[in-house]
Amino acid sequence: MTDNSPIIQIRKVSKRFGKVTAVDDVSLDIMPGEFFVLLGPSGCGKTTLLRMIAGFEVPTEGQILIDGQDMSRVPPNKRPVNMVFQSYAVFPHMSVAENVGYGLKIAGVGRAERDERVREALELVKLGGFEERKPDQMSGGQRQRVALARSLVMRPKVLLLDEPLSALDAKLRAQMQFELADLQEQVGITFVTVTHDQDEALSMACRIAVMNKGDVAQLTTPSDLYEYPANRFVADFVGSVNIFEGKLTVDEPDKAAVDCPGVGRIYLNHGVTGPHGGNVWVALRPEKIYLHVPGHGNAVRAAGQDAPEGHNFARGVITGMSYLGDITLFDIKLDDGATIRVSRPNLSRHDQEVFEWNDRVSMHWRADSPVVLLS
Amino acid sequence: MAWLRQTPRAPLEYTRTLWMRSWIAAVLVFLYAPLLVLMIFSFNDSRRNVVWRGFTTKYYEKALNNDTLVEALINSLTIAALATAASLVIGAMAAIMLWRFRFRLKGVVDGTISLPIIVPEICLGVAMLIFFAWVEWPNNLIWPLNLGAITIAHITFCFPFVTMVVRSRLASFNKEEEEAAKDLGASDWQAFKDVLLPHMRPALVAGALLAFTLSLDDFVITFFTSGPDTITFPVKVYSMVRFSVTPEVNAASTLLIIITVVLTAIALRVQGTKNLSVSH
Repeated sequence: MTDNSPIIQIRKVSKRFGKVTAVDDVSLDIMPGEFFVLLGPSGCGKTTLLRMIAGFEVPTEGQILIDGQDMSRVPPNKRPVNMVFQSYAVFPHMSVAENVGYGLKIAGVGRAERDERVREALELVKLGGFEERKPDQMSGGQRQRVALARSLVMRPKVLLLDEPLSALDAKLRAQMQFELADLQEQVGITFVTVTHDQDEALSMACRIAVMNKGDVAQLTTPSDLYEYPANRFVADFVGSVNIFEGKLTVDEPDKAAVDCPGVGRIYLNHGVTGPHGGNVWVALRPEKIYLHVPGHGNAVRAAGQDAPEGHNFARGVITGMSYLGDITLFDIKLDDGATIRVSRPNLSRHDQEVFEWNDRVSMHWRADSPVVLLS
Repeated sequence: MAWLRQTPRAPLEYTRTLWMRSWIAAVLVFLYAPLLVLMIFSFNDSRRNVVWRGFTTKYYEKALNNDTLVEALINSLTIAALATAASLVIGAMAAIMLWRFRFRLKGVVDGTISLPIIVPEICLGVAMLIFFAWVEWPNNLIWPLNLGAITIAHITFCFPFVTMVVRSRLASFNKEEEEAAKDLGASDWQAFKDVLLPHMRPALVAGALLAFTLSLDDFVITFFTSGPDTITFPVKVYSMVRFSVTPEVNAASTLLIIITVVLTAIALRVQGTKNLSVSH
């Protein structure tokens, strides 16, 4: 087995429950040592896919290979993967040490080695000294660490995590995102995580597969997923976005333009090779739009510097604001009729006083900011 | 009542009001006065139970020397132990089956499993009598085989209670725990033994207590299924009372109460009382 052959191969896997298709003909490869995230809304089939890798569900069609071996007839207790469950599923009647040592005990590992490995695993998840605690004397975050240690102590080829952070409060969740990523780097085990939380996915993953209705909508790195979404579903699900429908009127190798009713003409500094004159959608992230106080020509000058041939420039009135501390969100009704969302970082303490409700504003965005979506 | 007013009574501290305390006292008297009277008069030095004539333990002696009474007590305890063991196994398995699996006629099984609880005891007793006559259940077996009919009858009405208790306990089981055990390499049996069984334990203890006490004091069904040489304790007491309520009956009853209370206390001690109500 060389390093660049996939540790998990999912080949044309479908799963149907009665008439409901949970996973629909999915094929993807997961590489060794990768932090792989399955991201999607609830009911998209991501958990079913994870449970099929663990062996708790059997694919209706297709094949799953782990480390090159077909897992079709391998039950969960014989697979070289371990899972951290959404509820953590820590055994309540066992102490922390008994929980973590359970798999080793089943595997027939001797007492001395077991104790040593349990101690190491608990150190790894920063629970050293908690050996004799019972789960009901621990917080949710600590119980999760027990579940992590219990899986890691088995030295699996792949660690599966089902919504690992969803039950934690916001502060702890942010902290655990970093810790999980660190941990993964430290132990070098392939992590496959299921989540509906895009922040979680973006911050931890090497690669993300966005799933929608049993299908993989896009599979790529976090930054590509955010900056180059493949379709409207991904653009909308990951981050917040303005999506305008329009007609592709210019499409040359180095430039393109889309006429969007309600916005005007949106210029791009690259070709899109889409259907000429056909319906397309333009996705524009709120933070990529610059706001200007009108009347000084700043917006026009800035837009002109960005795209000498076609200025991405608009005017409108602020119809909604929400101050979020670090940024402020503006809903702006454009003169052409559409409403656009803009976010603006509050770079100084008095920033939020520059723009007020019902103020007229100008805005521009760079010609490399919009993304043209064909579906 | 100055001690009541050390601090002002909080709105929900009803136990500090006089009427609530009186009510609690009345409830306790209602529950336990008859039992206390029974116990006190077991030490009464009189052949009749009406007037207190001084303290004696001679009726305990008499009761313990009454061979048929002791035999009845031993019969009752044996039947109760056997019926409890069988009810636990059957009841727990039925509960797991109904909780875990989907199968044809599940609704029917679910609905009828508690029938022995609902059907009037007298009907069940008569039914048992007819059934054992119909299958020509042998009569003259040696002890303890001669208790078979009564034991089977007791299992019939005891195991649904075990099923009920275990099933409600299973409802709070997190199935991911069992999956986690298997994920860590456990076989079906190991996952059951290490994860599901410990979860069921408080319900098994409660179910066993229920089954044991139900079996021990059952009169109606036993009456219909017992033969001339398979007298149980309640049936024996009944036949003694038919002549007169002597302190000997009181003494025997007191012993039975003590046995059940001690057994219950041991069971709760072994299990830890709080686990009976607290679910994970």
